[in-house]
Amino acid sequence: MAEMTASRSRVTEPPAAAPSPARTSRTLSTGRARRRYWTIVTVLSILAVGFAFGLLAWNNPMPVGSDGFWRIAEMRSTNLVVMIVVAICQAVATVSFQTVTNNRIITPSIMGFEALYIAIQTTAVYFLGVAGIIAIQGVSQFLLQIALMVGLSMLLYGWLLSGRYGNLQVMLLIGIVIGGGLASVSTFMQRLLTPSEFDVLAARLFGNIANADASYLPIAVPLCLGATAVLLWSSRRLNIVALGRDASVGLGLNHRRETMRVLFLVSILMAVSTALIGPMTFLGFLVATLAYQFADTHDHRYVFPVAVLTCFVVLSGAYFVMRNIFYANGVVSIIIELVGGLVFLFVILRKGRL
Amino acid sequence: MITLKGVRKDYGGEVTIGPVDLELPKGGLTALVGPNGAGKSTLLTMMGRLLGLDEGTIEIAGYDVVETASKDLAKIVSILRQENHFVTRLTVRQLVAFGRFPYSKGRLTVADEEIISRAIDFLDLTDLEHRYLDQLSGGQRQRAYVAMVLSQDTEYVLLDEPLNNLDMRHSVQMMKHLRRAAEELDRTIVIVLHDINFAGHYADRICAVKDGSVVEYGTPERIMTDEVLTRVFETPVTVVDGPNGPLAVYY
Repeated sequence: MAEMTASRSRVTEPPAAAPSPARTSRTLSTGRARRRYWTIVTVLSILAVGFAFGLLAWNNPMPVGSDGFWRIAEMRSTNLVVMIVVAICQAVATVSFQTVTNNRIITPSIMGFEALYIAIQTTAVYFLGVAGIIAIQGVSQFLLQIALMVGLSMLLYGWLLSGRYGNLQVMLLIGIVIGGGLASVSTFMQRLLTPSEFDVLAARLFGNIANADASYLPIAVPLCLGATAVLLWSSRRLNIVALGRDASVGLGLNHRRETMRVLFLVSILMAVSTALIGPMTFLGFLVATLAYQFADTHDHRYVFPVAVLTCFVVLSGAYFVMRNIFYANGVVSIIIELVGGLVFLFVILRKGRL
Repeated sequence: MITLKGVRKDYGGEVTIGPVDLELPKGGLTALVGPNGAGKSTLLTMMGRLLGLDEGTIEIAGYDVVETASKDLAKIVSILRQENHFVTRLTVRQLVAFGRFPYSKGRLTVADEEIISRAIDFLDLTDLEHRYLDQLSGGQRQRAYVAMVLSQDTEYVLLDEPLNNLDMRHSVQMMKHLRRAAEELDRTIVIVLHDINFAGHYADRICAVKDGSVVEYGTPERIMTDEVLTRVFETPVTVVDGPNGPLAVYY
């Protein structure tokens, strides 16, 4: 190959002018684009740190820096860790999922993770009454829920993608249908619950930071960080996958294996996030779209960090507002869908493209 | 050399491609022509290992396309499909740079950048290289994709209707670019074409496909005759002497 290249370069004359230093294929090749990117990362980081500190310090009766202050902050820090885990899970999973499906307007939630979560919670309450909520809490139950969600999605991917006519669109459609089916069964069971049982259940069906238990974190954190590390490390290959199946096979990528691998990691991330705090349908979609607007590049190495930061800012911001302004502890999905939806519409309408 | 032996593809029921036996020599530009649904694109995508075979073997430069690892094939043969999912916020240069993936796995070297620059210059995209793909016309985007395939630097280049979306001027330019790539860069180019006159003028060999099998294969002089074209395209064709060689008239 090398000598062939050499002989070719003799035939195709290089351009008369020496190649200027501007001729590079690097992402963010102009100074302006780089400055813009790092400004956004800095602003997001400041916001993230600000909200994180606010959550620890706001309404903390002890003076900042004192022994008591840190003791109270420590008690609140579990929520912070949960939010970091969820932010990483949702952001990385959604960006990766949108890439392998070549579709910027869907979220991995449609693959039935949330419907399954809701079905599990509802079934427990339906059969065991209020005690059911207690029965499905605990580390082993948490693990079981993750395993169920990952298992269901792997079954779906494995069956539909490895088949002879396997294709992504069919997989997505069947995912949606299964999700819809599970949701209907859950709704039906919810109709038959007593009002008090339903009340207890309803609290579990909103994305709520307070749903998480500190004892889950030793499992959730390594799973989340492990899957994220692998996906970050695959960024360059994800850039190729984004070109679509034909182009990536043409470039020598094992497209099916890559897709399966990414979907498996996505299912772990989504399962961890959902089992930890419950459904957050809109969050991933919102931050992935915003992250693409902010990062203004196709390159996953740059999109991932922005997405995670955006996700944490949205999540902690919503939590901060809910907790300190509306005194509604923890139920963040409501405010994210309200404010996030408006921000989302604003950004899209202003820029005019996804 | 591209060798197809007993290649067959079933599309369930009546539609079958093959069995096709064909040998395309190294070098030059081969055009696949034929009516709609004849199986030109199917043959091409099977050669480019984007589509599995049901029977038979395809070898490119001695490598079986099914057995050989895809990442090794990517250094021997490149393929461009008709429709390409295009990513937003991707510049022409970044797209062309993807062509270096089989070699650099995304970590571009100085040598890679040079090859990328050459591919861009070769297709006259120098002024557009930092434009985003969604700011380009269909024809410019098409050229950008061809530049990506050229920067993959493979001996064999398979193109599925690269003249789609191109107007007269750009079609001619594209064919001239490909002609030059075949001659100057010593590539073996296989191309699916719709316009028989483009094939007759620019190709070294024409391969006519009809109902899933190769019905005619030879030099343009041999294919560009009333009898052959009428039979292949199932419509009356008269070949006249044009100023630049034979011209098929079918309207």
